[in-house]
Amino acid sequence: MKLLEFLKRERRKSASVAKERLQIIVAHQRSQRGQPDYMPMLERELLEVIRRYVHVDDDAIQISLDSEDNCSVLELNVTLPKS
Amino acid sequence: MAKIIVVTSGKGGVGKTTSAAAISTGLALRGKKTVVIDFDVGLRNLDLIMGCERRVVYDLVNVIQGEAGLNQALIRDKRVENLFILPASQTRDKDALTQEGVAEILEKLKEDFDFILCDSPAGIERGAQLAMYFADEAIVVTNPEVSSVRDSDRILGLLASKTRRAEQGEDPIKEHLLVTRYNPERVTSGDMLTLDDIREILAINLLGLIPESEAVLRASNQGVPVTHDISSDAGQAYSDTVSRLLGEDMPLRFHEMQRKGLLSRMFGGGRR
Repeated sequence: MKLLEFLKRERRKSASVAKERLQIIVAHQRSQRGQPDYMPMLERELLEVIRRYVHVDDDAIQISLDSEDNCSVLELNVTLPKS
Repeated sequence: MAKIIVVTSGKGGVGKTTSAAAISTGLALRGKKTVVIDFDVGLRNLDLIMGCERRVVYDLVNVIQGEAGLNQALIRDKRVENLFILPASQTRDKDALTQEGVAEILEKLKEDFDFILCDSPAGIERGAQLAMYFADEAIVVTNPEVSSVRDSDRILGLLASKTRRAEQGEDPIKEHLLVTRYNPERVTSGDMLTLDDIREILAINLLGLIPESEAVLRASNQGVPVTHDISSDAGQAYSDTVSRLLGEDMPLRFHEMQRKGLLSRMFGGGRR
């Protein structure tokens, strides 16, 4: 079984790996497009504050800014570990 | 009224200058009065590709700083009528390029020309941002390779936010995809991103596809834009690209593997 998987992986073309990797990274890039320049800093500092109270991983925090008609909504999503 | 087109990519070495030279030559060959501006201050190369490096007296920065008039700095192409080159400065610091200065030069050129091509430097710093800032259209040069595609996507983000049209809420810059160094054999063997992959990821209109070709290096060696080499695959592909830029409907060529004939198989006929 392991051998079969190994052979399968060997046969997988490098171009399809490239495409898959690109789709992920480009989707990530686009989600950050048009957001204010302070967002990465805000995200980092929020993470620091949360870490004073509970230990979370780097990817435990998701932050997004959505603009609606006349207001912007800052959405903060933190996944806390099971205590 | 002149159209301002930026040739950009983010990543270096993908063929921006080659494409800017080839496309501006193609436009001039069709009777469009065209000027191509090198925005790569510090590392000028367009003059070499256009074969006018020994005729550079004044450059873009000289004009911006008032040391020379625009007409003194413009170099008339020796091969094609209607084609002019505005070279970049080689020695000055990058801050010599100012937005006001560039705006002023473009305003003046707009009166005289049909097309103004801005050859952007690599990267996303000042020079690259100034090259794209005043553009009406953008040609995003992309190789079938992960870092080039990713950087092209970054550039698309900048075109949509950090340009005059974006800032003033005008119609957005018209974006065109130009895929260069495409190798149909490697695509067929599964080791190169396909044209469809790139189009799907970047989701912009395809302007042209330039195959990997020996003619491109030969052209740059000689300082003759590859569009002049009409017997070559790359020369023809650039010519098709120019037609599409002018609104003509051209079928895509050179994206599929060529079956080698018996003769070329026997004698190993290379790519022209």
